[in-house]
Amino acid sequence: MNRRQTYEARQRRRAVLIASVSTACTLAALILLVPLAPGWPRVQQSFFSADIFVRTFPRLLEAFLVDVAIFAWSAPMIALVGLIVALCRSTRAPGLFPLRLFAMLYVDIFRGVPVVLVIYLIGFGIPGLGLPRPWNSPYIWGTVALVLTYSAYVAEILRSGIESVHPSQRAAGISLGLSEGDVMRFVVLPQAVRRVVPANMNMLIALQKDVALLSFIGPVEILRQAGVFKSLLANFTPYVVAAVIFLAVTVPATRYADYLLNRERDARS
Amino acid sequence: MRAADERAGGPKLALSGVVKRFGQHTVLDGVDLDIARGEMVCLIGPSGSGKSTLLRCINLLEPVDEGFVRLDGVDISEPGLDPGPIRRRIGIVFQSFNLFPHMSALANVTLAPRRVLGLSAAEAEPAAEALFARFNLAQHMRKYPDQLSGGQQQRVAIIRALAMQPEVMLFDEITSALDPELVGEVLDVLRQLRADGMTMVIATHEMSFAREAADRVCFIDDGRIAEEGPPAAIFTAPRQERTRAFLRTVLR
Repeated sequence: MNRRQTYEARQRRRAVLIASVSTACTLAALILLVPLAPGWPRVQQSFFSADIFVRTFPRLLEAFLVDVAIFAWSAPMIALVGLIVALCRSTRAPGLFPLRLFAMLYVDIFRGVPVVLVIYLIGFGIPGLGLPRPWNSPYIWGTVALVLTYSAYVAEILRSGIESVHPSQRAAGISLGLSEGDVMRFVVLPQAVRRVVPANMNMLIALQKDVALLSFIGPVEILRQAGVFKSLLANFTPYVVAAVIFLAVTVPATRYADYLLNRERDARS
Repeated sequence: MRAADERAGGPKLALSGVVKRFGQHTVLDGVDLDIARGEMVCLIGPSGSGKSTLLRCINLLEPVDEGFVRLDGVDISEPGLDPGPIRRRIGIVFQSFNLFPHMSALANVTLAPRRVLGLSAAEAEPAAEALFARFNLAQHMRKYPDQLSGGQQQRVAIIRALAMQPEVMLFDEITSALDPELVGEVLDVLRQLRADGMTMVIATHEMSFAREAADRVCFIDDGRIAEEGPPAAIFTAPRQERTRAFLRTVLR
């Protein structure tokens, strides 16, 4: 080891030591101090009951599968609608101007309204028209609300990706005699989609969480099931269970998205 | 009838009074230039003199404001004309290669023949492979652009344009973005094309290449052809003071 490496190794050991000590102190303070709070025994009983955790976990996990299912069929629809809207917004042909206008309005409206509100309006409003079963299902209209909202965001992400492809790529395609449509399909879009994968990963994670909002209009998914348990057992622990189950999915997914983002940034610099 | 007459004996490409403005700024200020079939014309001149714009106007990437561009005697600069079929006949290669980074070299070359000429993969690939072999890139054709050197990328870009079997090739400072040791391999491709009798217009800063290979050199300054003639005349006995001043700075 040369002089510099010795010095850097010492610096590293020092940094690790400081980080460990400060983490240990913080944890110790939390563990020792929080239980000293006057309301702690009550909070512990109503939020962190081990007994209730174990009893409700299997049913909540089962209910979570409903969330997963809604997520699984919404995501591809969002990708498709988002792509169509993004293409509408990127079109230059004057004949397609109404399409562009419509796409712009659509994106403005659905990005500007809270998801919960869209879910309420569509989830209660449309079945309120007196549609026959199964067309009044909250699963259908809840999904529609999620798809409409998330497609607006995904369309904007895709459009930014399309615009990030350098104009020289388009010029190269056009100069070979390719049509505008072919340039979009074979040259611009494949590059744009690749660039926005990390951003769309974040949208997927947000969607996975927002599926729980459908509980407001009926489907018995994890959040609603937790609410049922809460009323039944007069205890909030089921909500903590639900949170833990969500974290088990979203934390790895977030880490993966960050990894993709970093890789993308490294590749560009 | 007139068009047919010119096709037989007239210039391959004829520019007359070409004017191009970007807003208030006049980039091309009345360019007249006739290029014969099989001729290699080099455009030289300071940066911003209009060389690139001239090439982009010939290829219809930029519409001209005034004047005419004729290909085989047919006016291709008419507003409203479908540019697709004309661009097919005029290839262009850019300074920054502009290969499609998400496709292999081979896919870059076969995309336009397949989509524009309607060839199947089975038809387009052998022709493309022959071009790769001819320019000593056969072992690289499955690679992606970021796995190739600048010189190789630029040669692939030339092959991509040639795959459309153009009648005229335009080269827009194709060696300016290359490391000096890679310039030679790209210029060799141009020499090969010249030997094949390709009609070429080349905007370049490679004075020694222009001097050695061009049939004619045009010095462009301020959006006009200030002086033109055989390379020997331009480089050894320029008539215009502006040409002399330019050559002094670049040949120093």
